[in-house]
Amino acid sequence: MSNIGVDSWVAESAERDERYTGWAGPARRLLDRVPSGWKLLVFLAVAAVYPLLVPQAGVRIGITALLLAMLAIGLNTVVGWAGLLDLGYIAFYGFGAYFYAMVSSDQLSVHWPTWVSIPVVVAASALLGALLSLPSRRLVGDYLAIMTLFFAQVFLEVIVNFERLPGVDIDLTGGPNGIIGVEPWQLFGFSLNTFNRNFYLLLLLLGLLIAVLRNIDESRTGRAWRALREDTLAAAHMTTPVNRLKMLAFAVGAAIAGLTGTILGPVQVGVFPNNFQLLFLITIYAALILGGLGSIPGAVLGAVAVAFTPEILRNPGTAGWLFYVALAVLLVSLLRKRAMVASVFVGLAVFGYALRFTLLAIWDESILGAANDTFLSRLLDSWLLILGPAQDLASNYAFVLAVGGMLGVIVAKGWWRVALLVPTVYLAVFVWENKLALQPSVTRQLLFGGVLVVMMAVRPQGMLGTRRVEIT
Amino acid sequence: MSTTPILEVRGLSKSFGGLSVIKDLDITVGTGEVVSVIGPNGAGKTTLFNLISGIYQPDEGNIMLDGESIMGSGPDQISNLGVARTFQTLRVFLNMTVRENVMAATYGSTKTRMWQSALRTPAARREEDEVRSIAEEKLAFFGDRLMGYRWDQPAYSLSYANRRRLEIARAMATNPRLLMLDEPAAGMNPAETHEITELIGRLREEAGYSILVIEHDMHVVEGISDRVIALDHGVKIAEGSFEDVAEDPLVIEAYLGYGAASTE
Repeated sequence: MSNIGVDSWVAESAERDERYTGWAGPARRLLDRVPSGWKLLVFLAVAAVYPLLVPQAGVRIGITALLLAMLAIGLNTVVGWAGLLDLGYIAFYGFGAYFYAMVSSDQLSVHWPTWVSIPVVVAASALLGALLSLPSRRLVGDYLAIMTLFFAQVFLEVIVNFERLPGVDIDLTGGPNGIIGVEPWQLFGFSLNTFNRNFYLLLLLLGLLIAVLRNIDESRTGRAWRALREDTLAAAHMTTPVNRLKMLAFAVGAAIAGLTGTILGPVQVGVFPNNFQLLFLITIYAALILGGLGSIPGAVLGAVAVAFTPEILRNPGTAGWLFYVALAVLLVSLLRKRAMVASVFVGLAVFGYALRFTLLAIWDESILGAANDTFLSRLLDSWLLILGPAQDLASNYAFVLAVGGMLGVIVAKGWWRVALLVPTVYLAVFVWENKLALQPSVTRQLLFGGVLVVMMAVRPQGMLGTRRVEIT
Repeated sequence: MSTTPILEVRGLSKSFGGLSVIKDLDITVGTGEVVSVIGPNGAGKTTLFNLISGIYQPDEGNIMLDGESIMGSGPDQISNLGVARTFQTLRVFLNMTVRENVMAATYGSTKTRMWQSALRTPAARREEDEVRSIAEEKLAFFGDRLMGYRWDQPAYSLSYANRRRLEIARAMATNPRLLMLDEPAAGMNPAETHEITELIGRLREEAGYSILVIEHDMHVVEGISDRVIALDHGVKIAEGSFEDVAEDPLVIEAYLGYGAASTE
């Protein structure tokens, strides 16, 4: 009788979560033992070395990643913590960038010192964020999303058409051409006028923001945000002034976006309406969701992944690596037992050689083309069919078959899945070597999309996110 | 029982469109008193709670807490004034830990500004420690049921009965004078129901709350109530001790239909 309600299964659930299963278990346990402050320091140290090892183009990509990371952790405050679906977020980034550009270029011949312009821009962004939070007093979810999306579009229209607005006789925004010649930050008589300097500035700001946001997350403010995300009505009944906290979340997010905007201008020596299109908003969301909604390290990791993946895929050689690694990861995640993974590999070898010898016995060697010169080419040469004539046609059919096979693999269970995987993986490799590896520009987008889909299918909560439960 | 009631509701009316849900209702809860509200489904019990806790504004009438009108205040202000409630359909913060659920209810009684939390000033850290120990104290009130090992678990891992307990602990953390429990025994098995009866007794005796409770389980109502108020169609049809109300012909009629009382 006394055991009712004292369910030991529930009591042990935390321990069960600790016992990570699978092959990555030991690594994850080790990672859990490291305090988060140390992880941040390690990340900053590794990132600080990065510009020393890569050419300027690499530093530029690093800057893109850091800008995206800043934006993602800012967005996380609004969407991940307070649970407010804010699609107007991109406008605060644009507002900060344009405001800073106006007071630091020849556009208006205004040149404020950095120590004045940055606080003013950040404060103005926060104020604008607070203003946009007003509809969130009454609107939640999809309704709020549409409302804020409208705001983002209005912002874009205004900066493109500012000169044409009634009663305006000054060209504040430069219209579709944007504002050029935006000056870099000047701190202590030191001009941040190179990629490297801006990279370190961003890294410093990101580190500070992460530390500050983590503290806020663990404070009464962070708890109140999460409470109103979980259940706004209940939060209000538990002494939380809901509207004020929504306003605060919007303001904090907008301030971070505005601050990030002030660095975009100097980096590309100009700000343009194209920087603030909805596509980029979606990229920020992709980074945040891929990393894990609600997690700061996740947001940063997601941003790094989203910024670097397309660059890595630009080179067919590395794209090949990524393709085979992704394929291997997919295999491991689709199959529960090691025996199954091993059988797929054995099956693949047998299938490939058998197919090759059968086809070569029927037709002659003239069907063979030259192997694309990739790292696996020697290994693949005797196993895979690289077609000469009819390469395009055959690989198109194979592509369709591979997609169909993949769908079958998802539906099939147990050893059926293993059996289906063998031809499907072979077809995927065939398509890759015969078609995709030859067309990097197409492949890049396709593979990036594929990576995103696989990632989200394997871990819906994102790389470092926590799974949320909604049962009542 | 003190002379100023903790809660005094006078002439309360509320209608939604043409549907009149509460009509000219008077209710008082004395300090340290446990008052039960009973009535068939749709009688207006939960609407009464929603009016008192500030979700709805009444069309007419007045609601006074300790002699002060709380009309026109929102739920957060009213909970700050000392009215805490639980919900008929559980509304715990599922994806927060058990401890955080309770800590979240101290927002109104804490003062740390966001910049202080951001910099982790000594004052912020001190207050955080206080809030943590308040939360643990409230959770400890439930003894074995919500004991230490589960406080770091997400609330969704708790059983149904424990979520109900957690909701009460969370309400306690707002430091209320009046605790409003909306069907605390709903969905509980007989043993747990018995436990709830004892718990409400302890909430009054040990924690010193005045309690207004909606309950359908008559064993619970009998076990806890100083006074019972029966509602039907938004009108008070009986008030008094459990025995008096249980034998009132209007109450029997409300539950069992016209003529049910006279056949007895």
